[in-house]
Amino acid sequence: MQDDSNPSARKPSEIGRRTLFTAVAAGGAVSLANALSASAQTGPAQAASREMLKPRTAPTGAPSAAAMQAETAPPPASEVFEARSGSDYMVDVIKALDLGYVATLPGSSFRGLHESLIDYGGNAKPELLTCLHEEISVAFAHGYAKIAGKPMGVFLHSVVGLQHASMAIYNAWCDRVPIVMFVGNTLDSAKRREGIEWYHTALDNGAIVRDFVKWDAQPTSLEDFNEALLRAYGLAVTQPAAPVLISVDTELQEAPIPVGKRPVPRLTLPTQPVGDPAALAKAAAMLAKAEHPVIVVDRMVRTPEGMAHLVELAETLQCPVIDKRGRLNMPSSHYLNQSENARGLIKSADVILGLELTDPWGVVNTLLDRIERVERHTAAPGVKLITLSTHDLLIHSNFQDFERYQPSDLAITGDAEATAPYLIEAVKQALPKGQQAAMQARSDKFRAAHADTRRRAYEEAAYGWDASPVTTARLCAEIWPLIKDSDWAFVGANSSFQSFWPQKLWDFDKPYQYAGGSGGAGLGYGAPAAVGAALAHREHGRLVVNIQGDGELMCAPGSLWTAVHHKIPLLTVMHNNRAYHQEMMHIQRMADRHERGVASAHIGTAIDSPFIDYSKLADSMGMWAAGPITDPNELGAALKKAIDVVKRGEPALVDVVCQPR
Amino acid sequence: MKAALTAASALAVLSLSAAATAQPPPPHAEDAVHGHQLFMADGCYQCHGTVGQGGSAAPRIAPDPLPAEAIAAYIRKPAGQMPPYSPKVLNDADIADIHAYLATIRKPDVDVGKRLGGGRN
Ligand code: HEC
Repeated sequence: MQDDSNPSARKPSEIGRRTLFTAVAAGGAVSLANALSASAQTGPAQAASREMLKPRTAPTGAPSAAAMQAETAPPPASEVFEARSGSDYMVDVIKALDLGYVATLPGSSFRGLHESLIDYGGNAKPELLTCLHEEISVAFAHGYAKIAGKPMGVFLHSVVGLQHASMAIYNAWCDRVPIVMFVGNTLDSAKRREGIEWYHTALDNGAIVRDFVKWDAQPTSLEDFNEALLRAYGLAVTQPAAPVLISVDTELQEAPIPVGKRPVPRLTLPTQPVGDPAALAKAAAMLAKAEHPVIVVDRMVRTPEGMAHLVELAETLQCPVIDKRGRLNMPSSHYLNQSENARGLIKSADVILGLELTDPWGVVNTLLDRIERVERHTAAPGVKLITLSTHDLLIHSNFQDFERYQPSDLAITGDAEATAPYLIEAVKQALPKGQQAAMQARSDKFRAAHADTRRRAYEEAAYGWDASPVTTARLCAEIWPLIKDSDWAFVGANSSFQSFWPQKLWDFDKPYQYAGGSGGAGLGYGAPAAVGAALAHREHGRLVVNIQGDGELMCAPGSLWTAVHHKIPLLTVMHNNRAYHQEMMHIQRMADRHERGVASAHIGTAIDSPFIDYSKLADSMGMWAAGPITDPNELGAALKKAIDVVKRGEPALVDVVCQPR
Repeated sequence: MKAALTAASALAVLSLSAAATAQPPPPHAEDAVHGHQLFMADGCYQCHGTVGQGGSAAPRIAPDPLPAEAIAAYIRKPAGQMPPYSPKVLNDADIADIHAYLATIRKPDVDVGKRLGGGRN
């Protein structure tokens, strides 16, 4: 029983502040227990609290050296306030980069930087965006960069945040997209508090992701930070673009800015690498002489000028273009876009010009997915292959994203977008005179083929029109009339999951209307990248649509919250096939191979029992939502309502139960 | 009926669709119903779609399917990427039923080009 009349039986809170403070400062539980036992006397309550606070190893009685020091030393001369610390200067440097935004899930290893950005930096240019997973932060920045044409920043927590982020970084690396990432770290071991700060420190954070970033650095002074960041930015945006990482020491962030002059950050952007003129002349001669030239383009176009140059090159040669859709390179409405007829064109080509190909081998070969993986050439023997690309300028050994080696007849190193104007000039020089009739014949042929492709697409889209689950063709056919008169953009990740119906039925003619897939095909990219891209579209007031796979959304469902929180208008249409469908097909292939039937192919692949209610999920995060829609005839009305919400500046989601593909 | 038909709960919702585009059952209606069940349970729908409409994983196979014998010949020994189905998994009678189902599918009466407001061309 507690005896309040006993002056020595005080509650711990009443213990002299100075005593408690020094005890805690001197080293946690041991000293705190000592301090308590010195003040408290007898009684069961006191005994109990003493028991709770008892150190696991018995105290020696004599105070530790650290405790002695703390007890006897004068209070530190340091102030409790500091006007500015290193992180303020870091924000000055960051502001020189025009990053626009910094995406983050907060972490104490960059608390200095975080606070400086929002307070000293005024939370503007860049503005901090809250994300609910580091994989979301990075994928968000990935989607943003492809539309904005410039990188975004990402703050990552040391070790744990960086490891969460690593898959998204790999995607951005494979997709050759610039992101400027900062990771906290506490270099000086004497400055790490006991416990968690050690778990969240690495000798070398960069080692975690060094295989798939272009460059990383761990600056040790503010001057060093300035130089490292400017270098990193320049490297990130020079083709082949890629993520970069700066490890930012917590001491450097939090210590006062040393007296003396700080360098004023000055950013000079490098030019992009252009192909060798002699090689371009050679390529032009080969193309001019070809009877059946074909252009295959994957990740070339970043700007409207780039797209215009590709069109001019194709028109100059009257040469069909197969767009592999790593970016939106060739307008789908242009008659020389013959992507749907790729197989026949590759087979009959005599010269193929590959522009920023990610997989040149796969353009002229295929490997069949059978018990014995059979290799087949898809091009004619004797076909000449010219490549113009920065692909080989950035290859690391471990991860095999560089694809199979394909010898080419002429390999030109250079950025295809930057080089295109010079190649066009060379082709104009090389084309023999008096080719009008031949050129006209090619033009007529491809105009007819293009019209026929569209007619067939309309025809094919009708099959299964009334089916439930809703066909992906119907889904896309319902969306198009609702967006086509707006300045629209499609931010869906990989249209092959929708059987490329957007590309077949819609008119894509601006490079920002599609930005390709994830790069590394790591799940969890689609939803956050769509929100990031939608942010970049927001300042242009575009109507943005994402067709979102169900399995992938559940890797990063928190992306929806970020869209609501930061008021990013985006229509998410769920392509909800209630399965990891691609994988279900793989399991079926194995079961067929073993003659076991496919009755169990859904185990481990179906997302059922229960079905996930995506509209409730969105609703729980404050997003307007409708569905699940199973009747295709109800789809149009739901989409219309959702688009009205999006046009008001908010995100919305419509869940549609769909066919597998 | 195979156990497989009921086991795959993931497919249940898809099976419900019962080919919305299918027309009144032809003479061998039961074959077609059984064929539809097999089409779902044996996973043909996964690549070809529930009404055989096709997509990026496989071509359209209905309406106007290949004759039953041609389907049998094809799926026992496909030419390309399609996985082969052995008689242990799907016997010839089953394939005939699948064919009967595919034969019930009609092309819907819709002019997609018109609905899409012309688009390009
Ligand atoms: C894993 C995907 C997959 C599954 C499952 C599948 N198919 Fe196929 N099927 C294909 C592909 C791909 C083709 C195109 C040719 C090729 O690559 O073999 C095809 C072709 C066909 C063809 C020939 C079409 C033509 O016009 O030449 C028929 C008929 C066919 N499939 C029927 C079936 C039936 C019946 C089933 C179920 C018992 C089935 N398929 C299951 C992928 C699949």
